[in-house]
Amino acid sequence: MAIVETKNIKKTYKQGKVIVEALCGVDLIVDKAEFVALAGPSGSGKTTMLNIIGGLDVPDSGSVIVDNNRFADMNQAGLASLRLHKIGFVFQAFNLIPVLSAIENVEYVMLLQGVPKIERYDRAKEILDDVGLKGKYDRRPAELSGGQQQRVAVARAIVSGPAIVLADEPTANLDSKTGEDLVLMMKKMNTGKKVTFIFSTHDNMVMDYASRLVTIKDGLIVNDENRS
Amino acid sequence: MYIILAWRNIWRNPRRTIVILLAVIIGVWSMIFLGALMRGMETQMVKNSISTLTGSIQIHHKDYRNDPVVENSMNDIDKLDKALSTILDPGTHWAKRVRVNAIASNARHAGGVTLVGIEPEKEAKISFIGKAMISGRFLLAEDKNKIIVGKAFLKKFNTKIGNKLILMSQDTQKEIASKAFRIIGIFSAESEAVEKQIVFVPISQAANMLKMGESISEISIMLPRLDITGRNETRAAEKLIAAINDDTFVIETWHQLLPMMKAYLKMSGFFLYIWYFVVFIAMGFGIVNTTLMAIFERMREFGLMKALGMRPFQIIKGVVTETFFLLVLGILTGNILGFLSVFAIAINGIDLSALAAGVQMWGIPRILYPEIWAQDVVVAGLVVLLLGILVSLYPAFKAARVTPAQAMTKN
Repeated sequence: MAIVETKNIKKTYKQGKVIVEALCGVDLIVDKAEFVALAGPSGSGKTTMLNIIGGLDVPDSGSVIVDNNRFADMNQAGLASLRLHKIGFVFQAFNLIPVLSAIENVEYVMLLQGVPKIERYDRAKEILDDVGLKGKYDRRPAELSGGQQQRVAVARAIVSGPAIVLADEPTANLDSKTGEDLVLMMKKMNTGKKVTFIFSTHDNMVMDYASRLVTIKDGLIVNDENRS
Repeated sequence: MYIILAWRNIWRNPRRTIVILLAVIIGVWSMIFLGALMRGMETQMVKNSISTLTGSIQIHHKDYRNDPVVENSMNDIDKLDKALSTILDPGTHWAKRVRVNAIASNARHAGGVTLVGIEPEKEAKISFIGKAMISGRFLLAEDKNKIIVGKAFLKKFNTKIGNKLILMSQDTQKEIASKAFRIIGIFSAESEAVEKQIVFVPISQAANMLKMGESISEISIMLPRLDITGRNETRAAEKLIAAINDDTFVIETWHQLLPMMKAYLKMSGFFLYIWYFVVFIAMGFGIVNTTLMAIFERMREFGLMKALGMRPFQIIKGVVTETFFLLVLGILTGNILGFLSVFAIAINGIDLSALAAGVQMWGIPRILYPEIWAQDVVVAGLVVLLLGILVSLYPAFKAARVTPAQAMTKN
């Protein structure tokens, strides 16, 4: 069952006077519970693709459907609501709100969703335990390592049971051991909780854990390899 | 959590928060402090003015104010006495007066004065003269040919207690009446002009000299509490007008009797609010600048929040909540400092006697006691709070407009 479906996505950016073609007609279908890696060199269009799937950016042409929601039919408020309820995000860096503790960061999305306080707290605690941060609930981001911060970000992304989690180079700022631990943890969530992950990377070690590897080059998918 | 988030955000950069807090505190303090000085001056000016024979309300013959001569005196006093006794609230005092322009002369000097015939015991309760004696004694109702004069008068006429003074004025038969009085007491007033101008004798002596019989020039009424807005006085005057119901009498409040004072109060209040606005303009730029700096530093964070599904109005709410905390903290501290400094100064007042000549001309007291009015504190607080929130909307909207994709790619 397709959870993400993009058709002929095109996107150009203007950098000064130069027009850069970031995506040149990308078709991608991702099924539920897949663990998809978008690979490719820097500037290939991985982040743009993730931003468009996440409703953070708008394509020049083409269509995007996420969990049966066609983006072309939605306004900004609708997209914000979709992101809140259906999509989890993990960014490369600056993932957490610095003045909130780990558990408050995880609770934050549920707060926006209107989940009652006690339920919020219990669910946040449980998911932090699942990602291996038991006992570190009250630490602020500055008191956590890079890997632990990314784990909090993953916990926040999956706590509300989203249709997909989009992770933009989640291991890029981590050492290889911590990066591998994070990918293993994401894989565990994927297999255990059936969470669909789409993540970008150019790290071969991370690609090895992907059940599907989609390679993008110069704004086009050049390879789509199922590894499961 | 919104509140926790806002509170923690304002303390992310304590130095910057303290700087803007200081701006708000100093602004609010200056509003409270200057307001208290101005209000203290206004209140004392009004008190001085109404205790210098004006009172809260006066009753005259309808033509007396235009032409203050003995012919324009009031005759039907019993009717007035009855109305005053029944209509006015307990604690209200009033006294009758004979008041005419006269010439005072002695062997060394002659000059114009205002001869005021008073009921000594009652007058002491309604005007400054009750607490103004500095030498000799106050008048008694049964005193004959006795007069009290001001300290400055004594110097001007080069005279002293025990000396005689001749007073001349026109009587009810349009003849020149004159009478010799002996000085028995000296009073001091806030204004040197009052000390030089006004002389007091018992009402019976003045009436006798001017052949007025039972007639009087005015009744001065002092209500238990001064209302600087004049509303209490107006209400009491309206009740008296209705009860007396005689158009040969004119009943006026101090607001009508002292139009210059009324105009000054209005102007002074206006200037105070202009001052509030000027202070706020300076403060407002600080608030906008600081909030903008904080917003630009946190653009990626706002992008993250929007990516997570936060709506623009929720971002505006967050930024405004931060400004609200800053302003409330500043307003509270500014108020505390304002109250403390006003109370400290109110113990001894501010001595303006070095500026005596200048301040007396405007009826400003020699010692100024600041006075805090609740309405000024509320207005100052509201001006800072509401306008502060208003100006913070600009950075808040800027934060709300950021798109997640742009913000997240910023370094």
